[in-house]
Formats: sequence, structure tokens, C-alpha cells
Amino acid sequence: MTLLGNFSLWVALLLSAWAAATSFSGGWRDKPQVALAVVRSTYGVWIALIVASIALWKGLFAHDFNIEYVAAYTSRNLPDSYVFSAFWAGQKGSLLFWAAVLATFGAIAQFTASKRHKELMPYVAGVTLAVTGFFVIVMLFGGANPFDRLSFTPPDGRGLNPQLQNPGMVIHPPMLYLGYIAITIPFAFAMAALLSRKLDTGWVHAIRRWSLLAWIFLSVGITLGMWWAYVELGWGGYWAWDPVENASLLPWLTLTAFLHSVMIQEKRGMLKKWNVGLVVGTFLLSIFGTFITRSGIIASVHSFTQSNVGYFFLAFLIIVAVVAFTLLYTRWHLLEPETELESMASREAAFLFNNLALVGIAFSVLWGTLFPILSEAVRGTKITVGPPFFNRVNIPLGLLLLALTGIGPLIAWRKASPENLRRQFTFPVATGLVIALAAMGVGIRDFYVLMALGLGAFVLGTIAQEFYRGIRARNRMHGEGVISAFLALIGRNRRRYGGYIVHLGIVIYFVAFTGMAFKVTQEVTLKPGDSTEIKSPFGHTWKLTSLGVSQYEALNRVVSAATLELERDGKPMGRINSEKRQHVDSFGQKSFEPSTEVGILSDLREDLYVVYAGSIGGTEESSFAISINPLVWWVWYGGVVLVIGGIITMWPGGVSQPARKRQSAQAGYAVPMAGAAVEP
Amino acid sequence: MDRRAWLTRIGALAAAGIATRPDRLVGQEGADPLRMPGAVQQRTAVAASQNDETVKAIEHRLKCTCGCNLDIFTCRTTDFTCGTSPELHKEVVALLESGNTPDQVVAAFVAKYGEEVLMAPKAEGFNIAGYIVPGLVLTLAGAGLAAVLMRRHRVAAQAPALAASQAGGAVAIPGGASAEELARLEQALMDVDR
Repeated sequence: MTLLGNFSLWVALLLSAWAAATSFSGGWRDKPQVALAVVRSTYGVWIALIVASIALWKGLFAHDFNIEYVAAYTSRNLPDSYVFSAFWAGQKGSLLFWAAVLATFGAIAQFTASKRHKELMPYVAGVTLAVTGFFVIVMLFGGANPFDRLSFTPPDGRGLNPQLQNPGMVIHPPMLYLGYIAITIPFAFAMAALLSRKLDTGWVHAIRRWSLLAWIFLSVGITLGMWWAYVELGWGGYWAWDPVENASLLPWLTLTAFLHSVMIQEKRGMLKKWNVGLVVGTFLLSIFGTFITRSGIIASVHSFTQSNVGYFFLAFLIIVAVVAFTLLYTRWHLLEPETELESMASREAAFLFNNLALVGIAFSVLWGTLFPILSEAVRGTKITVGPPFFNRVNIPLGLLLLALTGIGPLIAWRKASPENLRRQFTFPVATGLVIALAAMGVGIRDFYVLMALGLGAFVLGTIAQEFYRGIRARNRMHGEGVISAFLALIGRNRRRYGGYIVHLGIVIYFVAFTGMAFKVTQEVTLKPGDSTEIKSPFGHTWKLTSLGVSQYEALNRVVSAATLELERDGKPMGRINSEKRQHVDSFGQKSFEPSTEVGILSDLREDLYVVYAGSIGGTEESSFAISINPLVWWVWYGGVVLVIGGIITMWPGGVSQPARKRQSAQAGYAVPMAGAAVEP
Repeated sequence: MDRRAWLTRIGALAAAGIATRPDRLVGQEGADPLRMPGAVQQRTAVAASQNDETVKAIEHRLKCTCGCNLDIFTCRTTDFTCGTSPELHKEVVALLESGNTPDQVVAAFVAKYGEEVLMAPKAEGFNIAGYIVPGLVLTLAGAGLAAVLMRRHRVAAQAPALAASQAGGAVAIPGGASAEELARLEQALMDVDR
């Protein structure tokens, strides 16, 4: 299998190098057969990397511990689902995963691209293959070959880190990877447009779904990462502003900015330079995240083992940045806007400020992530930039963004009249004020919490108003009932109303985040039969009674389960278990430190979160960390709503042909009017 | 009460007693030893200081030195494998008990472990840049953007007026549409496209 794997990697490298070189040299121009060969190379590289992936999975499932990667991340008693996910659990496997998925996306992009983009496609192939080839180079020459063999064959492997033996970790990393990887396709189209000088809106249309796909994958990946951190790590939170978490947020922020600003380019022919810059920036940030994770340059709980791979990514980052921005500079004159902004009170202006806030937050997160390095370089002193810093700097920016989320949809395109603004803002502003005052009325005094609740209600008011007016209009025009009008509204204008659902998800996130301001934690020691009480921020009194600790052997671990009986305000609420898991290899030897499985009892208001900390003197007397975490489940619901909105927005169809023509007419640049100074 | 009824009643009472009183909870002088104590971390009983809000607040400001990147409180209450954070907790408690204020405790940690032990740098000297640069950049960019947009808007607004003055005061209406028609079109576009 290692022979086949290595052979496949070399085939992928040589083929991608040839096709990328031919594409960038323009050697395919006026040679249709060569152009076709460049495009088809994408399929060849895809096949080679799929074969390599199958070879690695074969080695993993065959427990071929002579392969260093298999011995490092699996063991004979590891459940099959985790043997499967061990493919991307380590650095070397994850690089192969990245290359194989990128080759797959590249092949899909070639297969699905319409003939309208045929002049771009060889360049698109060239860029995707160059990036794929880079990952193969890292594997073959960066000491990260997953097919490296050991000089001996150990009887069993080391096994998978217990914290990675969680369903969330089976799905979370590939989702994030898929997001990072999918960004390469919009980047490839942007580069292709710059290289070919075909800088009309064609490339923007071609990447719309790929951008949304990448955004959805990133959203799912980030939310699952938060869920995994919450249920598995045992610290009772979901976001710690760790550099690697930040690295996943950065491309999400800039991609979100692009998804807004691209609408201005499509409708008004503006922001062309900005949009190319955002796509390039998003791609660079996705590579930057990979660089951070793999270089060890910044301390992080998520980092892979430190290795030379980081230098490869740093070099790649610099080369791509120089090439892309040089290309952008040389094509600057081809990216002039087709129309000018007509008023500051317009949706275009609101979107611009929304973009500024998103990119500003991205800059702020990047700044905070890199500030320790900067400080050490300037002052020679190491410092830490942790959650207190990020919360202080980013919460105000996040609230500004939340406000703009509500303002944008309320302002008309081109120019809003004072009457229009009054009509649009009255209900949402009133809603926001009422909720903020109500929150003050129930005793909430935290300024940021009040702002988040008030602004969240303002955005909610905006969304409700938009749906209400849309439904009412359909009811008047077509006589539809509320539900059918609601469904038709979403079905016929998926981008607009899907976007509102995404905004709803954002509101839910923000409101859920405020819950952590009211978190309470206490540590206790309990013998079997002992009880403790904890007051929740919602006024409930929880009583927890220890029922002792039971120990048993499972597939690859010894489980010590501490059970507590629960009462809330005197009413029985069942039992909760928190476990310690001592993982062992197939010979019964301890393979890792005991890990913790958290006990969580959730409802819509609060989570009871119990962590079995350990045993007192080797007995059933145990210490626990018990927390009440308000509104946590709304974070997961917010993620679900966000992704549903994204999928609706991305779903094909929805707008009839006449409606599309009407939209083009509204765009103002596609239908020149006689005498008007509008370019085609 | 016959013998059968008496036995039934006694049986029911015994069953109720068993159900409400699990045998493992009888007598709480000691706790049973674990069958496999090596499979669990060994801890000491929770001290009152571990739930002290002042101690927690100080620990949230200080980073654990084990290399985990977490603050002391989070590290010592997370997976309980770290041996460093419990020791740092004891240092915090000892410093407080010897009469130091929270700020003095933090200062003592900085003196001993260096500035890196702070979870967020003090807003002084070069560190001020860390706090203000994002907001400053955003404010300047916002002001710059607003200025550019207003300038462009002015230029765009002046162009038709200039054309009108050159054409003798009458604004050239594209496509020969009347002013009323254009106003209606404008309103329709704003309504549809809102």
C-alpha cells in the first residue's frame, strides 16, 4: 500500500506541475487540445490522490503498524469510526486529506463550469493544480509523507488521543478543512479572471455557489468545533480565542464580507477591486490558519506537532500574496466601477460599512493573534493575549456589526428618502428599545448584555418586518395564505430571504453569547449520599446528590462513572453521569492520561454541567466542578439556523427568468438608457 | 387483618424501604474504595478557597505556566490532569492570606513569572497599541470611506447639474421619459428592490 501511495503522490505532483506550468505560461492559448489536456489533468490528479487516500485508509484498517502514521494514531482496539477519522487526525494524513479534497473540488469545478467560462477554465485548472501540487510537495519533501515506514513493526499502535475520540471530532475537522479548501475555487476563478483579463461579472457569477459552500462548511466547522470544545474539553465554555480558533474565524469573516459586497458588484457594478481583494485575502487567511496550526509559531492547544512544514506554508503564503496582489495591481485599471454611489443613505453604503466592520473585526482578531510576536520583536518581552484582551477589543466591534446587520436590509438600494427611512426603522428600533428596557426591568445591568439584547431585538424586528411585508404583499397580489405566502417568499427569492434567516442565526448566536456573562461555577467534594446545592441565574435551586462511582471496562478503556441524582426546586430531574476514561492499548497498558467525559443536562434556558474531577484517596468520595451555563443550547440552534439560511441562499433556482431579467434591469448597469453615461 | 394481608403489608413496606434507601448510601462515615483507583486522577478534598470569588477573579487574570495557554482557574477545573495549576492556585491563596490585595497578587506573579503570566497585557507602553490599533484603524477607515463616498456623491450630483446648465437649464431626460415617469420608475425600483 505504501508503494501505491507514494507512486500516486508522485503522479499527482508531476501532472499538476506540468498542467500548472502550461496554464500560467499561456501555452494552451490557440491550442484547443492542450487547453483540454490542462483541464483534464485535474481529473488525473484527482484520481491519483483518491488512490493515495484509499491506500492510506487501507493501511489504517489493516493495522499496518509498520507505517509510522498508522502506528502513531491508531491501535488495534480503536473503534472503526475513529480508525476512519484517524486519516485526518495527524498532520501527515490531514495534508493528504486536504490535497485529495482540493483535487475533488477542482474536478467538480471543471465538470460543472458552464461553457461561458471556457476561457477561464484552463487558468482555474492551473491555480487549483498549483495549490494541490504545493500540498503534495509538502508531503513528499517536507517530512510529512503519510506513507513513511518505520524500521520495525510495533505490535500495537499508540492509539488516538482520547479527546479526538468524540463524534464531534469525526465531523468538525473535515468540515473546517472543506471550508478552507473550498475557498481555493473562488480564489482560482479570481486569479483566472486577472490572468485572462476577463474581469466582467462572469467570474463573480461562477464563484457564487462555491463561496457560499465554503462559508457553509466553515460555519458548520466552527460551530461543531465550539460544540466539541464544550462537551469534550470540560472547561464549560465553547470559545477561548485560541489562535487556531481565531484562524478559523478570520476567513469566515472576510468571506462573509465578500458575500455581501459581491451583491453590490452584481447589482451596481461597484466594488470590483475590493471583491477581488477579499477573495484573495480570504484564501491567504485560510493558508495562514494552516500555517499557524502547523508551524508552532504561536502557542495553541490545537497545534499539531511542531515541524518544518510551517516554513513551507510561510513561503507559500508570501509567494501567493506577492503574485496575487501584483496581478491585482497590474489589472487595477480594468476594475473601475460602472456606477457611483448615489447616496450615503443607501443599501450600498450600508453594505460598505458592514464590510468595513467585518474586515475590521478580522483585522482586530488577526492583530490580537499576532500581537505577542510583534511585542516580542519590538520589546523583547513575551506577552500573552488571551480572552480578556479579545473580549475587550472585539465585543464593541461585534455589537457594531450586529447593528449593521439590522440596518442594511432596511435601507433601499441607490437612495433612501427620509420618509422611507422613517417607515422602515420605526418598528425595529421600537422593538430593540422595548427589549432593552425590559431587560433593564428584570435587573440586567451589564452594558454589553443590554446592548446585545437590544440590538438583537432590533435585527429581529427588521427580519420580522421584512417577512411580514413580503407575506402581506403576496397575500394581496396572489391571495395566498400566510404559510403558503411564507414558503413562496423564501422559494422565489432564496438569496434575500435565506439571507434574513442567516441574520436570524446571527442574532441567536449573539443572544446566546450573553448567557456566559451569568455563568456560575462551584467545586465540591461529595461522598456517596452527600448533597450540594447551586443557584442558577434563572433563580432555580439545583440539588445534586452523589450516588457513588461505578467502574467497568469498555472496548479500549476503563470507565469510572460518577453518578449524581438531581433535583431542581425540589422536583426530581433524573440522574447525570460524568466519567473518567483511562484508555488502554490491546495489551491493557495505559495509553494516555485519564480523560474526562462531561455530564450535561440541557434545556432552553440553562445547562447543568458536571465534571468528575477525581477521586479522594482512591475511594468513591469524589470532587466535582459544577457549573450552570445559561443559554448554551441557543449557540447550537443559532448554528443550525445559520446553516439552514445558507443552504436556502445557495439552493439553485427560485427566481423565474422574467424576474432575473427584471433584476438585471434594476442593476442599472446591464440595461443602458439612452443618453445615460452608463457603460455596458 | 388475616395472615395473608399482614404479610403483604410487611412486604410492601420492606420494598418501599429498599427503594428509597440505596444500601450503598447507608452510613456516611467513609466511602468505599474504588476497584481500580489507578484509572482516575487522585485529588484532595475541595478547599473553601477554590470557590472564593476573589481567588477565581485573580486566577482568571493569570496564565497557567504548564504550557496549556489557559488561565489558572480554567486549567485547574478543566480536565484535572495538570499538576501546575493547583500549585499556582495555592500560591494565589497564600499571597492573599498574607495580606496582599488582588492587584498585588497579580504583580507578585508578574515579578516571579514575567509579563507572559498575564492573560491580557497591561495597557501601558507599547501594549497600548495592542488595544487601540484595531479601533483606531477601523475609525480611520470608516472616516476615510465616508469622506470618499461623500466626495464621489458630490461629483456625481454635480455632473447632471453641469450638463443641465450647459443645455440651457433643462435636464436631459434619458430615453425621452418625462420627469413624472422617471419619478414613478424610481419609486417602483425602490419598492421592488428594497
